[in-house]
Amino acid sequence: MTFSLRFRAAIVSLVLFAAFLGIWHLATRSTAAVANMTPEYAKLMGLTATAGKSAMPGPFDVGAKLWEHLKRPFYDNGPNDKGLGIQLGYSIARVGLGYLLAVLVAIPLGFLIGMSPLISKALDPFIQVLKPISPLAWMPLALYTIKDSSISAIFVIFICSVWPMLLNTAFGVAAVRKEWINVARTLEVGTIRRAFTVILPAAAPTILTGMRISIGIAWLVIVAAEMLVGGTGIGYFVWNEWNNLSITNVIIAILLIGIVGMLLDQVLARFARMVTFPE
Amino acid sequence: MTDKFISIEGIARRYPGADGGRISVFENLWLSMSRGEFGCVIGHSGCGKTTVLNILAGLDEPSEGAVIVDGQAIEGTSLDRAVIFQSHALLPWRTVLGNVSYAVTSKWRKWDRARVKAHAQKFIDLVGLTGSEHKRPSELSGGMKQRVGIARALSISPKIMLMDEPFSALDALTRGTLQDEVRRICLETGQTAFMITHDVDEAIYLADKIFLMTNGPGAVLAEIVENPLPKDRGRIDLHRHPYYYALRNHIVDFLVSRSKNFAATVANHDPRNVPTVRPGLGDPTIVSTPKVVETHPAQTAAR
Repeated sequence: MTFSLRFRAAIVSLVLFAAFLGIWHLATRSTAAVANMTPEYAKLMGLTATAGKSAMPGPFDVGAKLWEHLKRPFYDNGPNDKGLGIQLGYSIARVGLGYLLAVLVAIPLGFLIGMSPLISKALDPFIQVLKPISPLAWMPLALYTIKDSSISAIFVIFICSVWPMLLNTAFGVAAVRKEWINVARTLEVGTIRRAFTVILPAAAPTILTGMRISIGIAWLVIVAAEMLVGGTGIGYFVWNEWNNLSITNVIIAILLIGIVGMLLDQVLARFARMVTFPE
Repeated sequence: MTDKFISIEGIARRYPGADGGRISVFENLWLSMSRGEFGCVIGHSGCGKTTVLNILAGLDEPSEGAVIVDGQAIEGTSLDRAVIFQSHALLPWRTVLGNVSYAVTSKWRKWDRARVKAHAQKFIDLVGLTGSEHKRPSELSGGMKQRVGIARALSISPKIMLMDEPFSALDALTRGTLQDEVRRICLETGQTAFMITHDVDEAIYLADKIFLMTNGPGAVLAEIVENPLPKDRGRIDLHRHPYYYALRNHIVDFLVSRSKNFAATVANHDPRNVPTVRPGLGDPTIVSTPKVVETHPAQTAAR
């Protein structure tokens, strides 16, 4: 019996998942009735008191609720009741916009820093100070200056995803092998053509690594940012459901945040594979 | 030497030293070559061979002096001077054809795709890589990579081909075949070539003129050795030629002892008039006497 490693790993994954669901189910199932109480009181207290049910939803509750959400992902019943598809859509759009702006700024600026030791040294103190600032610390300043919560969230995404891309681009550009530059020099390749035909392809794997780190951070930050700005988005959904005391929905949102984050990372990983060259 | 196709005129290269002073790799170096000649520089590591080549290529600048190629002082790099790098320096994200085409489009910007491809293909065929056009450098052996490097250099029809120990990273067998290829191509096309090597036999096989450099820092061009072997020499029976050992011993003697104590033993070495030596049967014969009238100690040292 020799199955491929991938197949055996999948079996182990499934077993672990089943075990996790089993333990979860056992931990949250109803125990026998706990105490005698008047029917009115029991009705008031709900299943938690009458059947000894845990306040934490079990896997079946979550599964049923998830199915409900998946059937109607895009409904819109007003500000506080929108389908999960719509909420995720808002979050992805914000991340996408902020991230795109960051790409537009970080890659050209990173090129400049990587190619010019002067600019690199001149900008270094600014980058060193700005980089460790928590993106959410910018939020009040953004809200005050931009005066729009949604754009402020995009700004926060921009500011958090710009640094890894900027530093990786600068590093990738500065670390292009001297011999490749020399090839371009001996062939009298102009600066612009050299940047696109030698430096960009040579630095692309490093740049893509930075972009992959950035998208991960952006997706981490959007949840927190939306909790603050409110209104729409998956982060707002989590906080709203917490206020509704719907732990089931919170768990579903957590699951979806994880899945979307994974998908975003996979997309960037695919791009990274496309530009990676074996040596 | 009437026809000076390449003329290195009094170049020096100095680096800032640790204690604020200047460390001189070499000073006042004069060297010239005619069109169609194959020149080899031999010397120990640190004598500035690679620096000389980089200055010729335009990748480095001399601290003093000038280099004149085909009647013009060089300024920076040029498509007239192709370089074959020791590490082959292929662009790994491009195929064999892509690497050669990159050079071709750099030289002839206005050519259409089909013409570039046809031209590149011609040189890929020339170095014997037909069938591997669409492979990437990572799929090639070391020898094949260097063949691509040669094809890339030749494809732009350079006036001079500059080679910085191009075969030193290859195994002996591959090195031999590539030396054959380079010799064949240079003889067929009358290509002027300048090569740096550590390998005495490689220099004997390929070069018309061998430039011997003393040890650095403060290296000087000690002597120019003219290759007495016939033009149609073959790599496998090279060592059977009656002049072979005289030539080889002369170079090896230089590398073993004279390159170290050259400055101490030769008093008035004139870097502008370096003696040319042509080893043959018996003692090496001096074919061109330096213009200095007094008895030149370099001549006695050459024996």
